Amino acid sequence: MITTILLYSLMYAAVLVFLIACGVRAIYIARLPLHLRWELYPVPHEAAAQAEHGGSYFEVTDWWKKPVHSNLLGEWKFMLPEMLFQKALWEFNRTLWFFSFPFHFGLYLLIGATGLLGMRALFAFWAPHLMSGQTGVMLHWACAAGWLGGAALAAIGAFCLLIRRLTDENLKTYTTAGDLFNLLFFIATLGCLVAGYLFRPTGSPHALALARGVLTFDTALRFGPLLAAGLVLSALLTAYIPMTHMSHFVAKYFTYHTVRWDDRPNLQGSDLAKKVAEYLTYRPRWAAPHVGADGVKTWAEIATLNPASGVKK
Amino acid sequence: MKKGNVRLADMSKEDKKPLVHLENADLMPLPPPLDGVSKDHSWKPLSPQAQEKYECGLDDTCAVSIPQPKSRDEEQALVRKFLSGLEKLFTRENNWTFLEPLVLTMEHCAKCQTCSEACHIFEASGRSEIYRPTYRSEIMRRLYFKYVKGGGLVSAWQHGDIQLNWPLVARLIELTYRCNLCRRCAQTCPIGADNGLVAHELRKVFSQEMGIAAREIHDHGSMLQLKVGSSTGMNAAAAKDNIAFIDEDISEKTGVEVKTPWDVEGADVLLIHNAGEIMAWPENPGAFALVLNAAGISWTLSSELAGYDAINYGLWYDDAQFARVALKHAEAARKLKVKKIVLGECGHAHKALSVIADRILGGDLNIPRESSMTLLREIVMGGRLKLDPTRNNFPVTLHDPCNLVRLMGVVEPQREIVRKLCPQFREMEPHGVDNYCCGGGSGFAIMSGHNFPDWRFHVSGRKKLEQILNAFQDCLDPSITKYICAPCSNCKGQFRDMLAYYDLWKRNSIFYGGLVELIVNAMTDVKPGFIEWEWR
Repeated sequence: MITTILLYSLMYAAVLVFLIACGVRAIYIARLPLHLRWELYPVPHEAAAQAEHGGSYFEVTDWWKKPVHSNLLGEWKFMLPEMLFQKALWEFNRTLWFFSFPFHFGLYLLIGATGLLGMRALFAFWAPHLMSGQTGVMLHWACAAGWLGGAALAAIGAFCLLIRRLTDENLKTYTTAGDLFNLLFFIATLGCLVAGYLFRPTGSPHALALARGVLTFDTALRFGPLLAAGLVLSALLTAYIPMTHMSHFVAKYFTYHTVRWDDRPNLQGSDLAKKVAEYLTYRPRWAAPHVGADGVKTWAEIATLNPASGVKK
Repeated sequence: MKKGNVRLADMSKEDKKPLVHLENADLMPLPPPLDGVSKDHSWKPLSPQAQEKYECGLDDTCAVSIPQPKSRDEEQALVRKFLSGLEKLFTRENNWTFLEPLVLTMEHCAKCQTCSEACHIFEASGRSEIYRPTYRSEIMRRLYFKYVKGGGLVSAWQHGDIQLNWPLVARLIELTYRCNLCRRCAQTCPIGADNGLVAHELRKVFSQEMGIAAREIHDHGSMLQLKVGSSTGMNAAAAKDNIAFIDEDISEKTGVEVKTPWDVEGADVLLIHNAGEIMAWPENPGAFALVLNAAGISWTLSSELAGYDAINYGLWYDDAQFARVALKHAEAARKLKVKKIVLGECGHAHKALSVIADRILGGDLNIPRESSMTLLREIVMGGRLKLDPTRNNFPVTLHDPCNLVRLMGVVEPQREIVRKLCPQFREMEPHGVDNYCCGGGSGFAIMSGHNFPDWRFHVSGRKKLEQILNAFQDCLDPSITKYICAPCSNCKGQFRDMLAYYDLWKRNSIFYGGLVELIVNAMTDVKPGFIEWEWR
């Protein structure tokens, strides 16, 4: 009984750690100072006339007198295929896409099916009639297909990525022990979960009962050792991901929206201008003499210095 | 050492032997007439004196000419300075300008190598490992986790380890000058990491903390511009004299009276050229004057310090120098009370003043900036000039300067003009925002120390050379004059030197020039033959 409670607690704690760590990372990035513009074209939210060839509002005569276009549809048309199908990898690194796409899409299916399973378990309490009949059967098969299919795809993808990292000369130089561990972690976790569930001993809970057990802290449930290992590993993996570069799903929002696509012009009185006004009071300490940063002068004062005014040619 | 066998740890090797040596046979093959190793140009080796005096432990050349330290103590002091700069790079007080994109790139690269396939230098070198965009970044990433983030065993296990010593720093300085900062690699990154930015930020550490930069872009570049007004060495009086001479010359040549206005208060447009045009390609500012006058534009040049030279080399290596020059440009416009600044045919000047400087130009310094491509498109397509495209009836291809196109999104205006005025226009492939750098980007076009030009033409310019030759494959015959339209001074500098290196003007009549020259060449009010097809 204590083991079961510990397992449930670990699973909840892992989700909590995941959410907090992702949140902390997102807040940390969001609080970094506004940087100088560094956009990279094409920028999909440009007006359609420009976006189709990767152009910008700079192509328009007297652009500052024209209304600002923000083509959100253009962004979504770019983002959805990228998020769901890894479009950039498909275009620019096709071989790797065949390994990376199953891995990532498998994880999406797995997460989606787990969410659906949790929802079924909740509805089984609150509105059991909604889960009966054809709907229940359909949801059951959707969960089963999503979960097992997702786990299989992700495990195969992770295995192929591991082989690729070990054998491809282009990747080997840049692969660390941590990178290999990460992939092995996924393979072990998914392997234990799938095998532990498919080959569970008689009397072990099925998926819905398991989900219900997790939601209600049902201490009567008994798990086979392989499934229990899979659940422990998946909890640890969930907590571990945001501590690594695998949190790129958080970073990607910022790399695209606040760097590559951030083409907001600096208009007088805007938030941008206010933020920069604060940064101009910073006191940098770069040591090269021509910079003239002594820790006293502000960024604005340094920018208006002329280090060459006293230099003889 | 073979080019493919270089490891990250090799950067720390104590011996001074270069990590990589390239032969023509290693490089990406070129199309006719340069197909075959024997038809390629030979390399000038780095002199023994240079190898003895400077840090040349990376490859076959030397861009920065860092003197070799005289003692271990001096080496250690330099390493400490580097570390100090690296730490500052990740603080908001010292580097608010690029902290967010830098941290994102440091912490989230998946090392998938998608970027490598997009890099023209890596491809042209025959996939030499040190030129891979991630090679430089991975060194910096390991230093970042080890020294900025605290390091430790777990960190080394997770992110990899690296030995920091002077040979590594010296090689890294050179390696940051083996990237054109074209950011084609960043364009393909599925995560949005930016290896071009890493090279840029490392250059900043070397300049802003250690006082080390290529002298062509610092001593003879931004410092000279801030001292006399232009990196060409021209002060305002000399610039005015030269422009007066150009006006006279263009008037005589075209039969149209040309007069360039200076310091006209209240003009609609302040035009800022790359002053290199005045010295090297005087027909370009002359053609601008002729076109703007003919179109009835109210415009002026400025004789303020730096107001007549749009270059801003700080963009490539130093935020302080960058901001200083950008402010000078804006001040010149404010003083004349113009309605807008128009940038002449200079890619990096476009990006520097229109995009990168935007957020530091506050209040009345935030004067609208516009591309000359846009203004010229309005003049040409608006029917303000009488034009005869048959005067441009020769093969023309259009080069897309990275700073103007991929990094600023000015793609179509120049194309509309060329399509209208050049019946034999053909695109390079790929083009537009997917273009390749000319190989002279980030300062390379003006860097010519030791045998650096050999590297620049063989490696960084090779992909563009391939594109040009492919675009003209149907007309390589020297009896057909061909024109590379390059609306950027630095790109033109690279083309001038590279075409001469491979003798492609003499052998195949491949010429180069700007956009505005094609417009004047097609003007019916002008004597025919503005483009003279004379090599300079």
